[in-house]
Amino acid sequence: MGPDRLERRAVISGIGQSQVGRRLYRDPLDLTIDAALEAIADAGLEPADIDGIATYPGNQDVPPGFSGVGVVEVQDALRLELDWFAGGLESPGQLGSVINAIAAVATGLADHVLCFRTVWEASAQGSKGRSSVTMGAGGTGAGYRASGFMQWTLPFGAPSAANWIAMMAQRHFHEFGTTREQLAQIALNGRRNAARNPKAIYRDPMTLDDYLGVRMISTPLCLYDCDVPADGSTAVIVSRADAAADLAHPPARIEAVGAAIHGRPSWDQWDDLTTMALRDAAAMLWSRTDLTPADVDVAELYDGFSFITLCWLEALGFCGHGEGGPFIEGGERIALDGEIPLNTHGGQLSAGRLHGYGFLHEACVQLWDRGGERQVAGGPEVAVVGAGGGPLGGCLLLTRDR
Amino acid sequence: MADSKPFRVLPRITEQNEHFWRGGREGELRFLRCQRCGYWIHPPAPVCPECLSKDVAPEATSGRAVVHTYTVNEQPWIPTLDPPYVVAIVELPEQEGLRLTTNIVNCDPYEVRIGMQVRVTFEEYDDVWLPFFEPAGSAGGEGR
Ligand SMILES: [Zn+2]
Repeated sequence: MGPDRLERRAVISGIGQSQVGRRLYRDPLDLTIDAALEAIADAGLEPADIDGIATYPGNQDVPPGFSGVGVVEVQDALRLELDWFAGGLESPGQLGSVINAIAAVATGLADHVLCFRTVWEASAQGSKGRSSVTMGAGGTGAGYRASGFMQWTLPFGAPSAANWIAMMAQRHFHEFGTTREQLAQIALNGRRNAARNPKAIYRDPMTLDDYLGVRMISTPLCLYDCDVPADGSTAVIVSRADAAADLAHPPARIEAVGAAIHGRPSWDQWDDLTTMALRDAAAMLWSRTDLTPADVDVAELYDGFSFITLCWLEALGFCGHGEGGPFIEGGERIALDGEIPLNTHGGQLSAGRLHGYGFLHEACVQLWDRGGERQVAGGPEVAVVGAGGGPLGGCLLLTRDR
Repeated sequence: MADSKPFRVLPRITEQNEHFWRGGREGELRFLRCQRCGYWIHPPAPVCPECLSKDVAPEATSGRAVVHTYTVNEQPWIPTLDPPYVVAIVELPEQEGLRLTTNIVNCDPYEVRIGMQVRVTFEEYDDVWLPFFEPAGSAGGEGR
């Protein structure tokens, strides 16, 4: 638990975000450059200072809009001279790329790593069909055959994480009596916070009746339990702590990372479907710090589906396993002025699916008191960020320089 | 009958998974099993995770299972595969945690419950026999 933890040698020195919206029909590299240049400037750096890039998932043959910008496109566009870089899907969720960057700067392989995640799923959906459905590499045309994990689900008409997470939620409902009315609070809280976020996609008020009345997608998950495909890019700069001492503003400190996966890395073979893999990442996070859940001032927890957020709340110890439903009931506890303000920008359910990185961006916004109308009062000093769900999960505990 | 079948995306058959996807030709739900310690392995892998023996071979299971969890899919993800239909993870009695994802068929989708006893039934698509599960009845003792 001492100060020698490797992640303490890394900080987040700057953040940036492109325009965010539905169907912007802008080139994903164009969005990425906007986010990257904003983050570099926010840190008080020049592109020439960037000697590393980390991204998720890199430029891959994946469903339309899920990827499209990799390390090489950004390196070439900005003519960066890199000493270290990494991109790829096989990591502890989207934050795995940031955790890689933390390790790289902490071990001296780079000084300032540009980390980014770019999505253009809304535009891709508009022109090429449903991008949130994972059909696996290679498309689904005539003669297409599924392999890898998808061979076990596609033949049964279960192509979407909506189906897989729904089965995890159903098991939680069964074992612990969790209800749709309770789960609704994740969506309602997100919408309330989104109303105070000018960049959020859906800002109109939502009521419990709206939630209960909307169409089902895959029981027990309804449309409002699923996040909103968006176009946008988010970037953060991970810097070596001693190289960031005199940058533009005090950085966000990395108190602890969580990247563990001990269970079976599978949507249907995971040992306890009511916990998901983020259980192991969260346990690792708390093993690397003296802070406790009671010290956390703001929580930014992945809501690709509402039920994932509930699992993060349990895994991180804000309540016991199985107690997530009663914990969020009524929504007061997780509100902006509650005991643990949650997804203060609106989350992916309302602000848009920036796929993990939006939560990290928002944690820094809150720690740096830049939240405007949605700023949590009292100057939050500790933020937890979790991204990923199902068999993927990574998390960060961030602190503000005092 | 073939004309009434909806489109389904089929698995790519390999030497490693053929026993699973074609066992239905003989009416058998087969998994790899360690020939040294008896551990059932799914998805197929060339080594037993319990004892690290590479002596693994397909064996037939009872074809009975319990619904571990499920969802009624109401979204038209797949052309011609009309909702609502039940996607479930079922667990076999042969070994704790021996599970697969499947469809529960031959019943009202909204009648499916966790803990329900089910049994395998196969449907042929091209060169693949998809293992679906149907209610096994409350007696739970009937053969298939
Ligand atoms: Zn064995």
